[in-house]
Amino acid sequence: MNGFVSPHLEYSLLWPIFVVFGVACVGILVEAFAPRERRYATQVALTLIGLVIALVRVIIIGVDVTPRTVAEGALVVDGPGVFLWGVILVVAIAGVLLFAERQLDTGVSAFAGQAAALPGTAAERTAAQQGLDHTEVYPLLLFAVGGMMLFPVAGDLLMLFVALEVLSLPLYLLVGLARRRRLLSQEAALKYFLLGAFSSGFFIYGISLVYGYAGTMDLAGIGDVVQHGGANHGLLIAGMGLMAVGLLFKVGAVPFHSWTPDVYQGAPTAVTAWMSAATKVAAFGALLRLFVVAFGHDRLTWQPVMGAVAIATMLFGAAIAVVQTDVKRMLAYSAIAHTGFLLTGMIGFTAGDGDGTDATHAILFYLLAYSVATIGAFALVSVVRDSNGEATDFGKWTGLGKRSPLVAGLFTLFLFSMAGLPLTGGFIGKWEVFTVALRAGYWPVVVVAIAASIVSVFFYVRFVLLLFFTQAQKEVVTGGEGTTTAVVAVPAWGSIVVIGACALATVLLGVVPDPVLQLIENAGSFIR
Amino acid sequence: MVSNVLPFVIALPLLGAAVLLIGGRRTDSWGPYLATLLPIASFVCALVLFVHTLGQPDDARSQSVHLWTWFEAGKLNVGADLLYDQLSSLFLLLITGVGSLIHVYSLGYMAHDERKRRFFGYLNLFVAAMLTLVLAANYLVLFLGWEGVGLASYLLIGFWQHKPSAAAAAKKAFVMNRVGDMGLSLAIALCFTTFGSTSFDVVNAGAQHAGETTMTWLGLLLLLGACGKSAQVPLQAWLLDAMEGPTPVSALIHAATMVTAGVYLMVRSHAILDAAPVARTAVVVVATVTLLWGAIIGTAKDDIKKVLAGSTMSQIGYMMLAAGLGPAGYAFAIFHLLTHGFFKANMFLGAGSVMHAMDDDVDMRHYGALRRAMPVTFLTFAMGYLAIIGFPGFSGFWSKDKIIDAAWHEHWWIGALALFGAGITAFYMTRLMLMTFFTEKRWRDGVHPHESPSIMTGPLVVLAALSVLGGVMLLGSWIQDYLAPIVGEPPEESSGAPAWLISLLAVLVVACGVALAWFLVGRRPVPDTAPTDVRWPVAVARQDLYGDEINDTFVILPGRKLTGALLEIDKYGVDGLMTGGPVAVGAFAGIFRKAQNGFVRSYALSVLGGAVVVVLALMVVNWQ
Repeated sequence: MNGFVSPHLEYSLLWPIFVVFGVACVGILVEAFAPRERRYATQVALTLIGLVIALVRVIIIGVDVTPRTVAEGALVVDGPGVFLWGVILVVAIAGVLLFAERQLDTGVSAFAGQAAALPGTAAERTAAQQGLDHTEVYPLLLFAVGGMMLFPVAGDLLMLFVALEVLSLPLYLLVGLARRRRLLSQEAALKYFLLGAFSSGFFIYGISLVYGYAGTMDLAGIGDVVQHGGANHGLLIAGMGLMAVGLLFKVGAVPFHSWTPDVYQGAPTAVTAWMSAATKVAAFGALLRLFVVAFGHDRLTWQPVMGAVAIATMLFGAAIAVVQTDVKRMLAYSAIAHTGFLLTGMIGFTAGDGDGTDATHAILFYLLAYSVATIGAFALVSVVRDSNGEATDFGKWTGLGKRSPLVAGLFTLFLFSMAGLPLTGGFIGKWEVFTVALRAGYWPVVVVAIAASIVSVFFYVRFVLLLFFTQAQKEVVTGGEGTTTAVVAVPAWGSIVVIGACALATVLLGVVPDPVLQLIENAGSFIR
Repeated sequence: MVSNVLPFVIALPLLGAAVLLIGGRRTDSWGPYLATLLPIASFVCALVLFVHTLGQPDDARSQSVHLWTWFEAGKLNVGADLLYDQLSSLFLLLITGVGSLIHVYSLGYMAHDERKRRFFGYLNLFVAAMLTLVLAANYLVLFLGWEGVGLASYLLIGFWQHKPSAAAAAKKAFVMNRVGDMGLSLAIALCFTTFGSTSFDVVNAGAQHAGETTMTWLGLLLLLGACGKSAQVPLQAWLLDAMEGPTPVSALIHAATMVTAGVYLMVRSHAILDAAPVARTAVVVVATVTLLWGAIIGTAKDDIKKVLAGSTMSQIGYMMLAAGLGPAGYAFAIFHLLTHGFFKANMFLGAGSVMHAMDDDVDMRHYGALRRAMPVTFLTFAMGYLAIIGFPGFSGFWSKDKIIDAAWHEHWWIGALALFGAGITAFYMTRLMLMTFFTEKRWRDGVHPHESPSIMTGPLVVLAALSVLGGVMLLGSWIQDYLAPIVGEPPEESSGAPAWLISLLAVLVVACGVALAWFLVGRRPVPDTAPTDVRWPVAVARQDLYGDEINDTFVILPGRKLTGALLEIDKYGVDGLMTGGPVAVGAFAGIFRKAQNGFVRSYALSVLGGAVVVVLALMVVNWQ
C-alpha cells in the first residue's frame, strides 16, 4: 500500500489564484482585528493591490503560455484560460472600484450597515446612524474572484464543481447586502441561493452520471472516452444534459434565467455591475471548456439542443426587455439576450478547423466587449439618483440628456454597444459570433439572432429617445415622495475611472479591434 | 508626351469650374475671362497632342494613361484610366475647339447677365465632364463623365431658374436622362459580370467570344443609354424643352457636343455591336425613326431654336444610323458628327445673334428681312444652312452623302428613308432661312435689329469657315483611314447603285425640298400668328408628334399608378410589418412576463422543466 503522496503544485503558474485567495483570508483577519474606522481604507487598498499583483502575474504568464495541465490534472493552464483570468481580474478591479464608491450616498457605501439587523427595526436605524459599513464585501469579492478563476481552468469534474460553489456562495451574500430597498435585496439573495443550490444539484448529479459513463473525472479523459465511444451512451446524454443545466443556470439562459431580473434589480448596483460581467465570463469559460474538451467529439448531440436554447434565450430576453419600465430590469433582460448571442457563438463549434477554436475566439471577444458595456451601464445607473437613492424607473430618466448630456451620452454609447451598432465593441462581437455560427451551418439560429438583435435595437433606441427627445413630465409632488425626475450625483474618482475606461474600451474595441482580436488569436485553443 | 499632357486637358477646365464656383463673388470680375482662357489652353493641348501623334505610326497613336487606381474590390479593379486614340483625339479637338469659340461668344451674349460667373463655371464644368467622357479608358470613367455632363446640362438648361418653364425643362431633361443612364449602368454591370472588367480593351477583345444573347442585351442597354443622352426616340422629348437654356448652351451642349455622346458610345462599343446583329438592327430602326421624327417636328415649329433642336435630333439620327450600319458607317458617323458640330453650333450661335437683335424674341413670325440688318450673321448662317441641307461642296454634303450611300448599301429602304429625311431637312431649313432673313419685315414695335458685337460674330465667322471646309477631312479617304485602327476598315463597296448616282439623287431631293419651301413660304406672305385651321399632319407635327402625350400615356400614367400601388403596399404592408412587429413582440412579452411572478417555487419549476426538456431533447437528437 502506497503512502500518502503530496501533490505536486506548479506554484509559478498558479500563484495568481493563491494571491487572490490569500488576500481574501488576510481580509478576514483585517475584519477581525483592525479597528472599524480603518477597515475601509485597508480593505480597498489590500484588495486592489492583491488583484493588481495577480493581474501582473497573469499578464507575464500570458506573454508566453505553454498549454499544460497542472496540479495533478486538476487545473489546466492554456491560452484561453489565461485570457479569461485576465478578463476576470480586470473586471474584478473595476468591481472593487465601484464597491468602494462612498460619495454618492452621503459618505456611506451602497452596502448595508449591519446585514443582520432586520429591515425597518431600531437596530437598522442605529447602524445607519453610526455610519456602519460592511467591509466584508471585499474579501467576499476576492473569494468569488478566486472561484471564477478556477472555474474556466478546471481540469476535472470535481474541481469544476468546487469552483462553481466557491464563486457562487459569496455572490449570494453580496446580492443581499444592499443598503437601500433591503427587503428586495434580501429576497433576491434568497431566491438566488435557493435556485443556485437547486441547479447545483442537477450539476453534481450530471457529474456523477458522466463519471459513470467515462470512469474518469478528467475532462480530457472523458473526451477520449467520448471519442472512442463508451459503454452506455444514455448515461452520457443524461449527464451532459444535467451538467448543461447547471452551467446554463449560471449564465442565465432560458429557461434557467428566472433569477436574473430579480437578482440584478435587487442586488446593490455595484454588485450587479461586477457580477453581470464576471459571472458570465467565468461561466462561459467553463461551459466552453466542458463542451469543447469533454463533449466536443459528441457535438452533434448537443449542438442542436444548444441552438434551441440559444434561440429561446435570445427571443425571450429581447422580447421581455421591450416591456420593462425599470432600467436595471431592462439591462437584466438584455443580459439574458446576450447569453443567447453567446450561445449562438458556441454552436459555431464546427467552424474553421472544427475543433472549436474559432467559436472560442469569437466568444472571448464578445465576453470582453459585453463586459465593458455592462459594467459601464450599471455604473452609470448608480449615479442617477433621487431622494430615495438610485432612480431606476424609466420616468425618472426621461429627458436626462438635457440635464446631463455627458451621462446620457455615455449611457447611449453603452446601449449602442449592447445593441451591436457599428463603431462599438458590441458590433464586432456580434459579427464574430454570428459569422462563426453561420460558417458552421447554423443559419436558422443566426436568422433568429438577427431578428432578436433588431428587437433589442428597438428597446435600446427607445430608451435613448427617452433620454434625449422626450420631455420630462412635470408632476405635482404630493406626499413628499421626492422629486419626479432624477439628478446626476457626482461619483468618486474610482467610479469615474471605471466609467471612463469602459467607454474608452467600448469605442476602441469597435474602432480598432485588431490588437485584441490578435491577442485572442494568439491565445490558441483549449488543450484537450 | 501624351501621358504628361493628357491630364491637363481635363484638369484645366475642371480647375476653372472649381475656382469660379467655389471662389464665389470674388471671381465675378475676372472669372469669365479665366473660364474662357482655360478651354482655349485645353484646345492648345489637344492640338499639340494631335499634331504630335499624327507624326507617329498608326499603332503608336493610341495610348492609355493610368492615373491612379480608382477602387479595388475583390477581383474588381477599376483604374482612373484615360485613353488617347484616334477617336478621342477628334472629339478632343471638337469639344475644346467649338467649346472655346462658344465661351468667347458667351462673353458677349451673357455680358449683361448678373450671374455670368456662375454660367461660365457651369460651362467649364461641362467641358471637363465631356472631356472625361471621351477620354475614359473604361466604361466606369466614361459613366463619370456621362453623369457629369448630365449634371452640367441640368444646371445650364435651368440656368434662368426664375422662369418656371426653364426649371421644368431642366427637370424633364434630367429625369428622362435617368432612364437612359439606367440602361448604361445596367450595361456596365453586365460588362462586369461578363468580362470581369469595364475597360474598353478587355470588352472589345472579349466581345467576339461572349455569347450573342449577352452581346444583344449589352448592345440594347447601351442603345438605351445612348437614346437618353442623344435624344433618340423614345427618349427624345426633353431636347426641345432644353432650348429654355441660354443659346450658347443650346449650341455647345444640345447641338455640338453632349447630345452626340450617344453616337460616341455606339462607336466606342463597336465590337459589341458587331457581335450583336439584333442590337445593330435596333440601332438602325431607332435612328431612322428619329431622323424622320426630328425633321417632321422641325417643319412645324415657329420658334427658331426649336426648329434647330428638331434638326439636331434628326441629324443625330443620321449619325446613329451610320453607327448602326457597322464598319461601313462608323467613320462616317464620326465625320458627320464633326461637321454637324461645326454647322449646328454656327447656326445656333447665329440664332442667338438674331435673338440678341430681336430682344430675345424667338418667334420666326416676328422676324423677316434680317439679311440687311445683320449681314455677318446672315452670311455665316447661310454657310451653316448650305452645309446642313447638303449643298454640293459644303461639309454637310460630304458627310450626309456618305451616310445615305452606306445606308443604301445596307438596304434600299433605309437609304430611301434617309434620302427622304434629307428632303425634309432642306424644306424646314429653307423655311427657317426665308422666314428669318428674307420675306418682308414683321418686326414688333420698338425692335431695332442691329449686328452683334464682334466678340460674337468672330466665333460665327470661324464656325462658318469650318462649316464650309469641313469636307476636307474626306480628302483621300483621310478620316476612314485615320479611324480604321479603332473601328475597322469599311468594306469595299460591292454592288448596288454607284456613289455618283446616289449623290445626284440626294441633290435632286434636296432641290425639291428647297423648291417646296420656296413655294409654300417664300412666295406667300407669312401670317403673323400661326394659322389654326391646319390639316392634321401639321397639327401633329406642331405637337412634337405627340411625344409628351406618348410619354404621359405609356410611362407617366402607369408610373403614377405603380407608385400609388407601392405607396399602399408600403402603408399597409411594410408599415404594417413594422408596427405589427412591436405589437406582436409586446403581446409575446405580455404573456411570458407573467412567468416572472416573483415566486421562487415557479422559478424552480421552470428550472426543473427546462432540465427535463434539455435531457429529453438530447435523447431525441440521439435517437437511432
